[in-house]
Amino acid sequence: MRHKYNEKIALEIIHKVGAKPKMLVQILQAFVVKFSYISESAIRLIAKEINLSRAEVHGTVSFYHDFRTTEAGEKIIKICQAEACQAMGSRQLTAHAEEALGIKLHETSENNAYTLEPIYCLGNCACSPAIMIDEKVYGKVDTKKFNQIVGLK
Amino acid sequence: MTASTKIFIPRDTASISMGGDEVAKKIEKIAQKQKKEVTIIRNGTWGMSWLEPLIEIEVKNHRIAYGPVSEEDVIDLFNADFLNGGTHPLKLGNTDQIDYLKNQQRWTFRKCGLIDPISFDDYTTNRGFNGLKIALKKGSNHILKELKKSGLRGRGGAGFPTAIKWQTVANAEGDQKYIACNADEGDSGTFSDRILMESDPMALIEGMAIAGFTVGANKGYIYLRSEYPNAHSILTSAIKTAKKHHWLGKNIQASGFDFEIDIHIGGGSYVCGEETAMLESLEGKAGMIRYKPPLPALEGLFGKPTVVNNVVTLASIPDIIDQGGAAYSAYGINRSKGTLAFQLSGNVKRGGLVEVAFGITLRELIEKWGDGTASGKPIYAVQVGGPLGAYFPDSLLDIPLDYEAFAAKDGMVGHGGVVVFDDTADMATQARFAMEFCSIESCGKCTPCRIGSIRGVEVIDKIISNKNRTQNIDLLNDLCETMIDGSLCAMGGMTPFPVKSALHYFPEDFKPENK
Repeated sequence: MRHKYNEKIALEIIHKVGAKPKMLVQILQAFVVKFSYISESAIRLIAKEINLSRAEVHGTVSFYHDFRTTEAGEKIIKICQAEACQAMGSRQLTAHAEEALGIKLHETSENNAYTLEPIYCLGNCACSPAIMIDEKVYGKVDTKKFNQIVGLK
Repeated sequence: MTASTKIFIPRDTASISMGGDEVAKKIEKIAQKQKKEVTIIRNGTWGMSWLEPLIEIEVKNHRIAYGPVSEEDVIDLFNADFLNGGTHPLKLGNTDQIDYLKNQQRWTFRKCGLIDPISFDDYTTNRGFNGLKIALKKGSNHILKELKKSGLRGRGGAGFPTAIKWQTVANAEGDQKYIACNADEGDSGTFSDRILMESDPMALIEGMAIAGFTVGANKGYIYLRSEYPNAHSILTSAIKTAKKHHWLGKNIQASGFDFEIDIHIGGGSYVCGEETAMLESLEGKAGMIRYKPPLPALEGLFGKPTVVNNVVTLASIPDIIDQGGAAYSAYGINRSKGTLAFQLSGNVKRGGLVEVAFGITLRELIEKWGDGTASGKPIYAVQVGGPLGAYFPDSLLDIPLDYEAFAAKDGMVGHGGVVVFDDTADMATQARFAMEFCSIESCGKCTPCRIGSIRGVEVIDKIISNKNRTQNIDLLNDLCETMIDGSLCAMGGMTPFPVKSALHYFPEDFKPENK
């Protein structure tokens, strides 16, 4: 379950995953699962606990697409932008999603309900276009099915 | 008293994405209401993705398939007495007689769909762990000999002979060695690793243990992409099960051999599928490419000798040891021995996984299995081998699928992904996307890839809008050559292939009057 960032839980995660530099990517991954993002104070805390410089932690955070640095909306909607989904209309689906939610890719809606993100392949290419909401994948998503899944009219 | 009827409902991502979980719940609910005794087994997938959720009923030791089943169909199926194999428009007959499956040559994927992926009994009654058993008994040299005979080449895309890689690591000096399984299947249009991990994860575990035993490594890592949470949970259960039965962990089957496997999750970076970037990421760092040499086989993870193999490669090995290398190399042509699990997707009627011997043509694959485009429109272009693979026009669909034959046409078989486009596709847009994707995913270490991809997008935009067209086409070709010759890895070095092929085979799409 998603949780608001707090240092106590953050420390628990770091020590559960393993407070070693080699576990940095795994710690960051666990942070985004729990808090949806890596805050500036999270970077400080991780750096201190695993004995790396803040610059080193920051460099790793900024390298990976998963490691968002701002809090995500309640639902994170990822729309596949890769070739197999393109061949089945993912560009049109993305345009529809942007219009229906009133946000562009990489943005979060004002009411904080949705974050829309591009993703490059969910491995569901034979049932394209595919989207992922939180951890669930949906296949053969047309505009009607999109509205239904997201709960739009 | 009647025995409980077995119902199989796949738990792979494709099935779930099309409502597999909801169908399972609905069947359970109606069965309860109608007081029918059923046992629902969440098996892996047969790979006939276009039929998902494909459910099966066991009737008199035969499995009868229905699909694609939606939640709304369930009550109808009960009314048609599907529990006894009743007739219904969704009935597909005996699963093993469906032409899509029947005409394949399944080796690595023979258990996918058949078994419950986390059932130890299902795995072992289907010759599971026979390969490792033989390995432990006959020793490292025997495995290397059989592997060499098999002719197996890395299925991740590069096609490097597996036996040579393992031999190098086995010969390398080192107090600690590692097995690193590349499960960062990031290429668009590829999903064979996912299907294997979700449908027969113990084959991967067994393959990794054989690798560890052969080269003298007691620690393995699976580097799994974060986009595959379902595979993660199935793999985690399978590792636990294998440990419980002493096929993993300390002193495996009282042989004195120890082998542990940890799963590491990636951070959503495409370039981490490149082996040295993956090793950096496994060490907790940003996934920046390393210079080669030194080869990972000699200085890999944490500077130690490391076998880096893709999921399908490792999972093919238990049966090669069990059946012998010669049985595997009996399949295939030329220097492409054995089978490859092709993945048909994009604009195709019957998308899914097709494991066949090398040598089949793209046209056979797309027509015989794919049954043409989903839209019914003519095939326009086919991209093979992921986002770094060339776009082939219809005239090139008759060359045999073989590593060298494809390379001769500036294409690649790669990981076996086949993405079909109909004639609504615009190849200038696809070429632009290839450069854009490279600029998004470049690790940034080398200039041709980091800057070249950004310039590539700009130049293609100029060509499309007819600014100094001839000069800019020359410039784009020149840029492509620089990227091919000057990039450190395949990201920058192969991005030009889709671009050049689009420009070469589909020049009309780059003309402004056709926009």
